[in-house]
Amino acid sequence: MSNKLEELLQQGPVAINIGVYDFADSLRSQGVEVVHVNWAPPAGGDTDLIELLDKLL
Amino acid sequence: MVTGYVIRKNEYHDSVFLMRVAKRLSEQKGILQAAALMGTEKNKVLLEEIEVSDPEIWEATPSDLIVAVKADSQEALTTVLEDIERWLTMDLGSGAQYDIRMLDEAVALQPHSNLAVISVPGSYAAREARKALEHGLNVFLFSDNVPLESEIALKAYARERGLIVMGPDCGTAIIGGKGIGFANSVRHGPIGVIGASGTGIQEFTTLVHRAGSGISHAIGIGSRDLSDAVGGISFLSALDALESDKQTEVITILSKPPGPLALSNLIPKILQCHKPIVACFLGLKQESLSTDIRHRTARTLEDAAALALQIVTGNLLPRFNAHSPRIQTLIQRERAGKNPEQRYLRGIFAGGTFCFQAQQILQDAGIAAHSNAPLHGNLRLANPMRSEEHTLVDMGTDDFTLGKPHPMIDSRLRRERILAEGQDPQVGILLLDVVLGFNASPDPAGELVSTIEEAKREAKKRGGSLSVVASICGTEGDPQNLQQQVKVLEEAGGIVFLSSAQAARFCALLATSLSEVIGVK
Repeated sequence: MSNKLEELLQQGPVAINIGVYDFADSLRSQGVEVVHVNWAPPAGGDTDLIELLDKLL
Repeated sequence: MVTGYVIRKNEYHDSVFLMRVAKRLSEQKGILQAAALMGTEKNKVLLEEIEVSDPEIWEATPSDLIVAVKADSQEALTTVLEDIERWLTMDLGSGAQYDIRMLDEAVALQPHSNLAVISVPGSYAAREARKALEHGLNVFLFSDNVPLESEIALKAYARERGLIVMGPDCGTAIIGGKGIGFANSVRHGPIGVIGASGTGIQEFTTLVHRAGSGISHAIGIGSRDLSDAVGGISFLSALDALESDKQTEVITILSKPPGPLALSNLIPKILQCHKPIVACFLGLKQESLSTDIRHRTARTLEDAAALALQIVTGNLLPRFNAHSPRIQTLIQRERAGKNPEQRYLRGIFAGGTFCFQAQQILQDAGIAAHSNAPLHGNLRLANPMRSEEHTLVDMGTDDFTLGKPHPMIDSRLRRERILAEGQDPQVGILLLDVVLGFNASPDPAGELVSTIEEAKREAKKRGGSLSVVASICGTEGDPQNLQQQVKVLEEAGGIVFLSSAQAARFCALLATSLSEVIGVK
């Protein structure tokens, strides 16, 4: 099995940013490839409903 | 006093963006307090506490934005709330190249991704982290308030698959020279770091950089990883990876005291590692460590940097010398203008680790301090808002930050506390930390200057003088400009050290000297 952490250290980060936009911005300013996800709470933030949806899907 | 609010349905913004909006609003004329929050239950309670309440607010969901304002006049309130669109769009969407809503879409767009940086609210964070791990991504989990059982499950899942979860509550990492979260611009080099504290990593890596060496990787593991419950799962993955990493010549471990069980399991791993290891467990008495590990341990972050540098370069780090002419001159100068009653030190910290380390340094110098986050053997403040005798306050704890910006991003809370301390006639010394780097305030020293000057003026009016001692954690490559930050603090009469340990040592020396003047210890 490949060790993904060792690969990360060897290759450097290629990132997906979920949440605070500034973190994507600061990574980009250092030349890191980043895709930012415009995250919002799923199911209007209803955690019970999220759990139910996760079970169904 | 009047209050008002605006609710925007289904408009989610991240916490840092909202802190910035709230900060801007609170700086407007006539605005006494401003909050920009998502409609979670906790936030709705907070709004009630600041006397903004309405049935409509209670109906808001975590997907709805609430902007609430307290003002000294109806005019000021209306001016801000009627223009809310402008405040919210001022720097919105600055650079988001695609409107991606789901992790799956992001992975499809960038299939060679190897890291997910996650900073969503704690109650959703474990779900996002799990999805990222399932996609084969390592995780940097900035979010806090992630349940302990979720942390353990995520970390075990990651370790089985050769992945790592850095966090939760992970503020800083540096991978291959790239800073993630709150990190500084440091040179690439031979020293690897495993850190359970974000500001601890920042301090260590900047000390190494300024001494001319560099960092291979600094892997954050989160504040709970070395607890007995988690047992260092991410620590072990990080240790294995740094041991295999060709660029890493020495591995440094930075943490508060690990759980006793975790520590006893960890020590054999440290001893078996074929690379030299330096461990700094802040707050842990060296006597409590077995003799085979003691020679590899450092008491402070600066001691850890000195040991690591000595191993890789053979060079010695310049250390604090209480007998040096500079220090002796400063002590004499600062002692000279004091009133006899000005014998107490007050540390007002943005970085929790700096507060912890300063307590340890004072304790080693025989000075007991009160704190809202006390080191073993120190006294807990009865009320975090009120200092007693010698006090060191960590202003990044929930005591201060619930619904308010963290002091690393916004200095308002610290400024208020500095002024309060400056009005106490028994205070002789203020100790402050200033943290530079990516994602920190754009001008942290500049934001404190007028407050420092005012506190000093207050002391002078009483016929005394207030010593202000500050440490700056940063490098010349940081966005804030290190030299400029030092300059503005010195021009305001501050005594500046580029090491938090040295600033604390100086304060210990000065506090001892002040107590000798009036014959108490």
